[in-house]
Amino acid sequence: MNFLVSIAVSFVAFIIVVLIPLIGIGAFGMYTFFGIVVPYAAMATFFLGVIIRVIGWARSPVPFRIPTTAGQEESFPWIKTDPIDNPKDTKGVIMRMLLEVLCFRSLFRNVRLEYRDADDGTRITFEWEKWLWIAAIIFHYSFLVIFLRHFRFFTEPIPGFVHVLEKLDGFLQMGVVPVIGFGVPGVYITDMLLVAAVTYLLVRRIYISQVRYVSLSQDYFPLFLILGLGITGILMRYFIRVDITSVKELVLGLFKFSPTVPDGIGVMFFIHLFIVCVLISYIPFSKLMHMGGIFLSPTRNLANNNRKVRHVNPWNYPVKVHTYEEYEDEFRDLLIEAGIPVEKQPDEKVEQS
Amino acid sequence: MADTPKPEELTKIDHTAPLKGWMDTPVELKPGIYCHAASPKDLEAVDTPNVHEWRPGDEDWNLPDNWKNVVEDGFKLRLDRFRSFKLFMDICVRCGACADKCHFFIGSGDPKNMPVLRAELFRSVYRKKFTTGGKLFGRLAGARDLTEDVLKEWWYYLYQCTECRRCSLFCPYGIDTAEITIMGRELTNDLGLNIGWVAGPVANCYLKSNHIGLLPNVIKDNIEFFVDDIEDITGIRMDPDFNRKGAEILFVTPSGDYFADPGTYTCMGYLMLFHYLKAQGLDITWSTYAAEGGNFGFFTSHEMAKRLNAKIYAEAKRLGVKWILGGECGHMWRVVHQYMDTFNGPADFLEEPVSPITGTKFENAKSTKMVHIVEFTADLIKNNKLKLDPSRNDNVILTYHDSCNPARGMGFLEEPRYVIKNVCNNFYEMPSNTIREQTFCCGSGAGLNAGENMELRMRGGLPRANAVRYVHEKYGVNMMACICAIDRAAFPTLMEYWVPEVDITGIHELVANALVFEGEKKRTTDLRGEPLPGMEDE
Repeated sequence: MNFLVSIAVSFVAFIIVVLIPLIGIGAFGMYTFFGIVVPYAAMATFFLGVIIRVIGWARSPVPFRIPTTAGQEESFPWIKTDPIDNPKDTKGVIMRMLLEVLCFRSLFRNVRLEYRDADDGTRITFEWEKWLWIAAIIFHYSFLVIFLRHFRFFTEPIPGFVHVLEKLDGFLQMGVVPVIGFGVPGVYITDMLLVAAVTYLLVRRIYISQVRYVSLSQDYFPLFLILGLGITGILMRYFIRVDITSVKELVLGLFKFSPTVPDGIGVMFFIHLFIVCVLISYIPFSKLMHMGGIFLSPTRNLANNNRKVRHVNPWNYPVKVHTYEEYEDEFRDLLIEAGIPVEKQPDEKVEQS
Repeated sequence: MADTPKPEELTKIDHTAPLKGWMDTPVELKPGIYCHAASPKDLEAVDTPNVHEWRPGDEDWNLPDNWKNVVEDGFKLRLDRFRSFKLFMDICVRCGACADKCHFFIGSGDPKNMPVLRAELFRSVYRKKFTTGGKLFGRLAGARDLTEDVLKEWWYYLYQCTECRRCSLFCPYGIDTAEITIMGRELTNDLGLNIGWVAGPVANCYLKSNHIGLLPNVIKDNIEFFVDDIEDITGIRMDPDFNRKGAEILFVTPSGDYFADPGTYTCMGYLMLFHYLKAQGLDITWSTYAAEGGNFGFFTSHEMAKRLNAKIYAEAKRLGVKWILGGECGHMWRVVHQYMDTFNGPADFLEEPVSPITGTKFENAKSTKMVHIVEFTADLIKNNKLKLDPSRNDNVILTYHDSCNPARGMGFLEEPRYVIKNVCNNFYEMPSNTIREQTFCCGSGAGLNAGENMELRMRGGLPRANAVRYVHEKYGVNMMACICAIDRAAFPTLMEYWVPEVDITGIHELVANALVFEGEKKRTTDLRGEPLPGMEDE
């Protein structure tokens, strides 16, 4: 029952993440620590960590050009090529990468194995399976929109795009009578979508036996963190209000490097903030670095022009080969007997040696 | 050798992964799945380190005392040399998209054959050795120590991967299990743990320039047999030559084509095409030194691949040819297309390839200077340089198997189809999830085409065979074409097991059957000696 341990461990870790600010603020009033020290430390860890990680990858060279070709190569003018899935040049690579990064192109290919072994034969088919792609898209884009919406707290005056996003994001629910009594502001679609998508990703990780089998505690942990982040955010926005003006004062202070912690911010905010800090500090040490890694992936970010443009391996070194001379020395008689031309006749060989 | 289960037993496959964690499930080496150990003699022939006697089934593999250091140093070296390896150790999110894409997982249900888990076998050790989290939290962070059992598990699953790269197509980060398998195999090779069916061909290719160890005169004799057969069928005698200096083009093909049916018929196809074009100005020679296009070194290490591949340019230079033409082969073309120029180039002693028949410049090959024969033939057909009678292949109801490496390592998809459609009237595609870039491996690539691992091969080939069965039942397909020598060697066995009604051919066998020579005698049989359509009574 290994997966239960993994889930339990990461869940306990998550609970600890929640308890630390709860106790730290609630019992000890460590406002400066959680409002200033931790955020700065987390940001430093994030930026430094990501840079170190990316430099670490970049230091390893790309000795061979090994794109995975997913379409027709450049061939004769009369054969239609697939310029994106099999890019022939940098332009194609950029298109491929954009599709990969913005639309998760490869994941979109996903299908599900349907294996049926019956008396009338074995059928191996591949069924429609875009749920993972849909959930991944919803999750990442909701996260992005929510992050951008948070610029309301990071900047003064609030940039125009934030208003636009808020309007779009709140569009569906605008004017709807709040569910929970009075004072509930317009519901953002992305809040709901994020929680729904993360929940789906968590459930599928546990429900699909193959994914459960390969999952580690570090696969559950970020899901719990992000779920916790979403839930605390939603709680603050709709249910347990915190003093937004003070929150903004704190956040602006952080970004202006003149941090202060105003009074009266609820503990819920510090939990939310602490989860953010843990999440961003965790990124450089975890699989969450995939967002940086995709850009460097040699099977995706190289053009398939191998035979046209030479790729150089920086550590290419000479190797021992079995030369033609050695080959002929060994098989000269057989070659001659078979009437195959040789470089040296047997007598020449004798003379030279 | 273990008895291979019957097909109806073998298809009882459960793809549900067990509840017990994989790190708590020790590896069990099952006969019929793994290959024999390499013979020390073959490893010594190419100066492999740590050569020793061992058998996979034994408890003690007689590892050298410092084996852990060898692995750790080798791991570190490869992390520093290959961004692919380093990145692929770090960025997997274990989404599982690759899980049911691997032919070995589909055919075996063994959860450690899921590409993600095959890689996790390595990542777990990587975390322990090279990451902070793994050092601090150990198992909780998915890290584990390198032990002999772990090494055995690596070995067992490294040699259950054919480096076909189907998983890498579906991975959102492009993680390529072939890269991990290649690095892993390099590490096992450093410990003298290669397999017989890789090390034998490597030694033969190194010393004798072909993977079965034919002597140069035998290569020539074999081709002379083909020439005799062709003369019987067509009344025309081909006159190939070998190691001829000053020829315009050097022809390099996988050596399987010299001796193993049905590759031999493909080889006859090349001979006939070259002879047909001779009057139009084709000046081509074969080589007994660069007699092997296939590169089993690629299944050992990058270095070994380079050592074997070097012969092609060396021979081209020695003979003074202008460019190189390559036969139908899968991984040979992965190496030629993605590695050769980097390994052993620049080939500045050659010229940019131009077809002497059509004048077409092969722009896409202007640096490496090596052209695929199917490209070459497609261009001939497009320019009406071949007189073809596709009705001679009317007994053939054909499907086409995209060989993994030309498909996912080149994007060589339309060229073969264009040739096929011009030489064969009955052509049907297999389902779209099993062809082109999504093609399924034969299950025997990357050196796994041995006899003792027959169960593995039949399992790995199941997804491909199942698609063949589908078109066989739907359209009456009785022949599958491919452009890979390992396919031609492996598929007859696979088909006999799963779809006995279907035979295997190379594309140039079909081309040669359809090719109408001036002054040829009335043909009554195809290259296999089977009656042509309408000639059954003659």
